Amino acid sequence: MYKIAVMGDQDSIYGFAALGLEPFSITDPKEAGRKLRELAEGGYAVIYITEALAAQIEQEIDRYAEAGLPAVILIPGASGNTGRGMMAVKKSVEQAVGSDIIFNGQ
Amino acid sequence: MSAKHVNPTRMELTRLKKKLATATKGHKLLKDKRDELMRQFLTLVRENKALREKVEAGIREANQHFVLARAGMSQEALNVALMTPKQEVYLEAKTKNVMSVDIPVFEYSTRTPDPNDIYSYGFAFTSADLDGAVKRLADILPDMLRLAECEKSCQLMAAEIEKTRRRVNALEHVVIPETQENIRYITMKLDENERSSQTRLMKVKDMMLEEAHHYSSRYQD
Repeated sequence: MYKIAVMGDQDSIYGFAALGLEPFSITDPKEAGRKLRELAEGGYAVIYITEALAAQIEQEIDRYAEAGLPAVILIPGASGNTGRGMMAVKKSVEQAVGSDIIFNGQ
Repeated sequence: MSAKHVNPTRMELTRLKKKLATATKGHKLLKDKRDELMRQFLTLVRENKALREKVEAGIREANQHFVLARAGMSQEALNVALMTPKQEVYLEAKTKNVMSVDIPVFEYSTRTPDPNDIYSYGFAFTSADLDGAVKRLADILPDMLRLAECEKSCQLMAAEIEKTRRRVNALEHVVIPETQENIRYITMKLDENERSSQTRLMKVKDMMLEEAHHYSSRYQD
């Protein structure tokens, strides 16, 4: 049985607590990297992480891109959508196809 | 053009011919695998894009309500309201094998079946906007989980496609031409050897006949 975690700044994530996801309020990148590793090994299958925080710990996240579980998924935070999550999708298209054919340079 | 030195022997020739057959077969199979992976990847990535747009819109909307709720309530009251969630989400993760890529399949269940258990607070002391915000997040949750599944699958498949494409290219542009070149080299060398021994035998035969019958001196007379 796996659990679901949400990481990011307090304002962006506290609502998820009501649904039964586990929020981890973190803003410090170092701390976030450590927490991510801890969660990945601690029985969490999905880790949602705000785009703003993800931007600071890109390397840590890339490490899980080609591993099986957990799935690290970017979500927009309270401060707005930075388009980083879409960039990740675009990146995997470019990796697979060689050029971006889904977004047509948007 | 063969970079490496090959022994022009029949044994080596047989070995290379076998290698070429395997490489050609492997190339065909890997190419099929790549094409099929690509087809599935493209449908999946389109779904991924649509889901992401939907989830991002849903979260944005929820956040707007949270901002309103925050404005209407004190920080303490908000924290207390969400401190003890009633609902919990459990996730069951299985894997599905698509063209040798293990993609995850998530099934989720909630601790209680009652959809109203997302409201972990009494309605008396909280703003109505909080209800709206929580409701919107709850509505988007199934899509968020599907997004997680979809996006992870896309990442895994993209990595596998890249790997397969490299293999196909290596076979097509390096292994197969090199083996063909080596086979041609050995075949030519062996033919050459055969011709040379043939001429040697003819020459020896001439010399032996000459020895026995002395043609040249006889015709001179």
